[in-house]
Order: sequence, then C-alpha cells, then structure tokens
Amino acid sequence: MSDAAVAPSVQKLTIAQAVRDALRAEMARDETVLVLGEDVGVDGGVFRATEGLIEEFGGDRVIDTPLAESAIIGTSIGLAATGFRPVAEIQFMGFVYPAINQLFAHAARLRNRTRGRLSVPMVVRMPYGGGIHPPEHHSESYEALFLNTPGFKVVVPSNPHDAKGLLVSAIRDPDPVLFMEPKRIYRAFRDEVPDGAYTVPLGSAAVAREGSDVTLIAWGAMVRVCLDAAEALAREEISAEVVDLRTLNPLDRDTLIASVTKTGRAVVVHEAPRTAGFGAEIAALIGEHALLHLHAPVLRVTGFDTVFPLARQEHLYLPNRVRVVRAVHATLEF
Amino acid sequence: MPRQRIYEAVTERLSILDAEGRVDTDLMPELEPGQVLELYRSMARMRAYDDKALKLQRQGRMGTWPPLKGQEATQAGVAMAMGDDDWLVPAFREHGSMLLRGIPGHLIYAYWAGDERGSCYPEGVRCFPVSVPVGSQWQHGVGVGLSLKLRNESAAAVTFGGDGSTSEGDFHEALNCASVYRARTVFVIQNNHWAISMPLHQQTLSASLAQKAHGYGMPGIQVDGNDVFAVYTAAREALERARRGDGPTLIEAVTYRLGDHTTADDASRYRPSEELAEWEARDPIVRLRRWLESEKLWDEAREAALQEEMRGWVDEQVAAFEALAAAEPEEVFDFMYAELPPHLRDQRDALIEEVRS
Repeated sequence: MSDAAVAPSVQKLTIAQAVRDALRAEMARDETVLVLGEDVGVDGGVFRATEGLIEEFGGDRVIDTPLAESAIIGTSIGLAATGFRPVAEIQFMGFVYPAINQLFAHAARLRNRTRGRLSVPMVVRMPYGGGIHPPEHHSESYEALFLNTPGFKVVVPSNPHDAKGLLVSAIRDPDPVLFMEPKRIYRAFRDEVPDGAYTVPLGSAAVAREGSDVTLIAWGAMVRVCLDAAEALAREEISAEVVDLRTLNPLDRDTLIASVTKTGRAVVVHEAPRTAGFGAEIAALIGEHALLHLHAPVLRVTGFDTVFPLARQEHLYLPNRVRVVRAVHATLEF
Repeated sequence: MPRQRIYEAVTERLSILDAEGRVDTDLMPELEPGQVLELYRSMARMRAYDDKALKLQRQGRMGTWPPLKGQEATQAGVAMAMGDDDWLVPAFREHGSMLLRGIPGHLIYAYWAGDERGSCYPEGVRCFPVSVPVGSQWQHGVGVGLSLKLRNESAAAVTFGGDGSTSEGDFHEALNCASVYRARTVFVIQNNHWAISMPLHQQTLSASLAQKAHGYGMPGIQVDGNDVFAVYTAAREALERARRGDGPTLIEAVTYRLGDHTTADDASRYRPSEELAEWEARDPIVRLRRWLESEKLWDEAREAALQEEMRGWVDEQVAAFEALAAAEPEEVFDFMYAELPPHLRDQRDALIEEVRS
C-alpha cells in the first residue's frame, strides 16, 4: 500500500463502501464532480455505492436519471465537454449495450476528433461479473469490447483499498475511464481504507502475492480466486505469483513481463468468454516479450464461449480455484 | 366517469414569409433592415460555399460532401437568433449554421476533405464537431443544456437533427431527459423530407414532428423552414425560454433537401422530379430576395456585387484549406489521450520509423 498518501486514519470498508468513500471525497474536493445514473440518488444505488451522497451534495450533483442508458452517457458527454466531471453509473454492465453508440462513437473519440479542443473527463462505473445468482443479463463481463475500442481507460479493482484509490485517479483523469466494479465481492470482505482522498495510479499493476514457479494473472473478482489457488498450490509446495492488473488499459506490461520472465509460466484467469478475450492479448504479449523465458505455453482459465448461464448453472461457468490449480499443474507438467 | 379526456393538445405552425416574398406584417420579428440584409448575405454565403464544395468534390479536391442547398433559411434563422454564449451541437449538414457561429470556412472544408484538424475550432467558439452517427448528437445537446442550467448560465444549447433522426431511440431519450432536467436546450429538426431514400411518410405516420414534443411535456412548434423570419422568430422564443430556465423546446423546420444526401448519393433514383421542382419554387433565398426588392432594399446591382464578393470569399476558403500543410503522422496518435500510454508510444514510434525510413 505504498502508494497511499499519509492519511490521518483508516476504516475497515467493503468495496462498495470504498467506492462511495471515493465519490464522497472527490465531490467534496471538486465541485465539478457529479454523480448520475438510475437510482443513484434517493435510493443510494442498487448496491448502495452512492448512499447518502444526495443528502450531502444535493440533487444538482447527484442526479437520478430517467431509465435511459444511452442518455446517461450522452448527457455525460455534453457535461464533460463543458467543464463537469460526471461519474455515470450503468446499473449493471449487462445493460450497457444501449449506450455503446455514445461510448464508442463519441466518448472515446471526442478528444481525437477535435485535436484536443474538447475532451470527455468522465467515469462510467459498471458493476460487472457473475456469482451473485441474479436474473438474466446481470452477470456479464464485457471488458474486451472496450479494450478493442481505442480511447478509453479500463480499470478493474479487486479490493477496497484499490477501489477507492483507483476511482479517485479515474475521476481526476482527463479522459473517459470505464470503472468495472466486481459486484460478486462488493461486500465479500473489508480492507483498511484511509480516510480522505488518495490515489492508486492508473496503469500500474500490483503483485498481490509473490512466487517463483508460475504467474497467475487476473483482475477484479478473479484475483481472489487466484489468491485461493495460490494458497492451495503452496500446500503442494508450488510457489505461485499473483499479478493483479488493476488497469487493463493502459496495461502495466512491465510488471506483467517481469513476473513471467521470473517464473517462466503463466496462467491468465478471467470471467469473460475465452475467444478474443483479454487473456488472448496477454498471451500474445507474453509471447512477444518473454518467449525465451517460457517453460510452457501460456494457459487460460476463462468463462466459456457461451451465454452466461442463469443462477442454477453459473457455478459451472465461473473460473474457480480447482480450474486454476489444474491449469498450473498443466504448465508444470508440460 | 370511466373514460375521461386527460390530455388534448394543439400544435402550431408558424409562417411569415411566403414563396412570393410577401410577409404577414403582424408576425414580422423586430429586425432592422441591416439585420435582414445580414440574413440574406448569410444565406447567399451558404449557397456559394455549398456549391463550391460540390465542384471541388467533382474535381477530386473534396471528400464526400453533404450538401445543404435548400436549408439555408433554417440554418441562418437559428444561428442568427443565437448569442455568443450559446452552444451549437450540429448533426452533419449544418455547415451554414457553423459558418455563422464563427467556424472558419476553410476548416469545415478541411474536415470533409479528410483532415481532423478541421474539427479543431477556434478557442472560444462554442460548437461541437459534426456528429455522423444519426441522432446521437441530440443527447450531447441535453448534456450541454444541463451543464448550462447547473451553472445557471444565461445561455442555451441548440442541437440539430434531421427528420430521419427522429426515428432513432436517442431522439426519444434526449427529449425525455431534457424535459425532466429542464435542460437549457433547443432541439431543431431540419425536416428536409428525405433520409437518403426514405421519404418522411415512411419515416413516421405522425402528422407532424413538432407534435412529438407533447409526449415529453415540452412546447413544440412547426415552422416553415424556408421562411427565415419564421425560423428566426421560433428560435428566438425557444432560446429565450431556455436561457430563462424554463426548459427545452422542439422546433420542426419544414424544409427540403434540394441536393443529394451526399455526393455519394443519386437522389434521382428515388425522388420524383416533380417534387423537386415544387420545392425549387419555394427556394428560401429567392423568397427573401423578393421581399427585399419589394422593400427597395435590394436590386440587380447589389445582387451582382454580393455574388462577386461571395465568390471571392469562397475562393479564399478554398485557398486556405488547400494551403494546409500535411498533418504529421504522429497526429494519428497524439490526441487519443491527454497523455500517450506506453503501448501507443510503441505503435507511434513504429509508424514514424516506417514512414521516415
């Protein structure tokens, strides 16, 4: 936690609380920061990540929007290009499709299109991923869509400390940032989170656990799965390093390549479907930059190339400790 | 009373200057002769500018161009009603309004000839770049209008779209949200009757586009879009309302696309020539000139001088645009982010090495 500024005190917070804490700190610091989205005001957000903000900052800064994803983003573009820093919430990433035109055709391009005259300093918060037994369309992980669309930054925290520090950085960033929140672990555990604003820089990965035999690469909720797997592997005297990418664009390639160069083996773990998922990009980068250090092919433990199953079968879909351990065995036995 | 009337609405149409150049004096806006002459000059400027772009395109000196011919009164009337602090959020056929808002003609040419620098407008000009994905810009107008409201600025956002764009979902979301937010936004539909090959009557069965405003709880008005006085009057009222904080307005300007959709289109494939002839007779520039002549404000000699002046001005725009030095290859990358991330630095360096070796 060396990147945390000196802070007077800490609280034990969940990821959802850390998100709220970041919003509150930045809204207090900068009056151009606005929060808008469906149910973010009086209700405090369906995950309570904006709880209390409307009472503290009022309805002009915490805006309950009509139920219209495209308009949430389109309106935010207009706000951002004229001096505000909107933090828009898309209630679930599975509902982002109606807003894709605004995101891809405009938010990601306005700076480039105007040679820097107008820009979109906006954050789009999106709870993503499976594991909470919800109805259909509430479990998707669409990061690959946004990573294949130049112009965004894409951030995925895996713990409360990073969630707050990364969100503060995202709000202060001059470009559009997609902030994917792992809803499966919104309240799974608490971390010590400093009071007040601090930043975790975008574009910097973290080594969540050091090891020497294999590198597990993950982001968001899958970091916990990898840490569990590393714990299980340790009992077999296999030393797994876990790299938490934290930011997918810009990617901290140096940390990734340094780890794989050291261990010689890599397993990428993500919830999204396998084909053309970000794991494929990581495998390609490792091939380009660390091929001669590899003892085994880079393996992927991912979601399937299927529709995300409904609640009763989602456990079959989601990557888990057993699959990660099995993949590590495969790299060791290669 | 199991069945009650819960809502009844009337939609007005405003028309002041007819095709013969006669005006309804009761409805005439308060404009000094000099202001009317300026409107006329603006419309003549737009026509000359648009004609030149078509010629340049045929000569291979311009990319695909969307002509505005026929829509000059709408674009001039709205732009002349706007103040310096108002924002323009155009679709892609509003070169005319953009010129009047202070965007240099050579930049608009540069954009349509394929140079991004054409969308880097002078500092202080409150205008978004053109928006090609149809209807998407309506929402930026809402965001800008909300921004002005939150700052309590006495200014408004004017956003343009075509009749085709009213079929897009973004149109609905934008009008609904603008109304709920009391955004300082004025929506101007340039109903030019054709969305490429789709005529208005296949786009909607609504008797007008203006009446859609009722569904959003905002005022809507239809104007004769080839009547610059009607457009100016409606735009000024809507702008004043927005600036006061009373919320958005929808204006449907009924006009006609006298040209093709773009230079890549051939409207003779789908558009009856009789219809085109009918609308050519309603030319917005000709009717204003008739009125000016009847008021003794205009004559052949002044027209000849104006045409000469506009040819000269257009030639200057062409010269300035063609004098632009080629952009540096780095510029493909340099505006993607405020700070170039490492992977883009690598890609940029590879391109530079390739083109300079």
